[in-house]
Amino acid sequence: MTYLLVLAGIVLVTLPLGVWTGVYGQWRRLLLTVIPVLAVFVAWDVYAIGRGHWRFDPDQTTGVGVGSVPVEELLFFVVVPVAAVIALEAVRKARGWDYR
Amino acid sequence: MTYTTLALVAVALTVLLDMAVLRTRLLTRRVFWVAYAIVLGFQLVTNGVLTGGNVVSYDDDAIVGWRIAYAPVEDLLFGFALVVQAMSWWVRWANVGRSRSAAGGSRPLGSGW
Repeated sequence: MTYLLVLAGIVLVTLPLGVWTGVYGQWRRLLLTVIPVLAVFVAWDVYAIGRGHWRFDPDQTTGVGVGSVPVEELLFFVVVPVAAVIALEAVRKARGWDYR
Repeated sequence: MTYTTLALVAVALTVLLDMAVLRTRLLTRRVFWVAYAIVLGFQLVTNGVLTGGNVVSYDDDAIVGWRIAYAPVEDLLFGFALVVQAMSWWVRWANVGRSRSAAGGSRPLGSGW
């Protein structure tokens, strides 16, 4: 549960900013953002787990996975990109600095 | 390939994605560097919890062995790649879901495409 709790923490902390920036309202744009990132990082995860670069504590994870990839990792590759986008939009809105 | 090598390659490819492929050029923008600094701070905390608590552990032969807040330094490169790719795609897809009126303005569509 620990890994899931950390992910929940990230979502909780970014929730008000996600609303304030309007990021959640742009869910199609979010989907187009998350999909390519998921593709790359799930592939990396599969390779790394297969080679033993890293492994997960069975006592702190659910044990549920898609193939060798824990569901927590899949959620991580959704939660973190969304949080990063929220951070970018929050700075942009708060400071008035654009990225164009 | 070790985690180290893969992480370095990932950073290089990510820079290429931002600067040459998607041409979002976030790495040249102040708004990116300030946002990334904030994300990095949170990464050190959350990743510190995950690695310090041994939720995830690493093969010593796959990393160089230097750590920061319990996590392998390679995680900084991994995080950079993840964050920059996400932000770059997000910027690339700007205007998805927005319409343009005849007067030339743009507004969010709400639930329509």
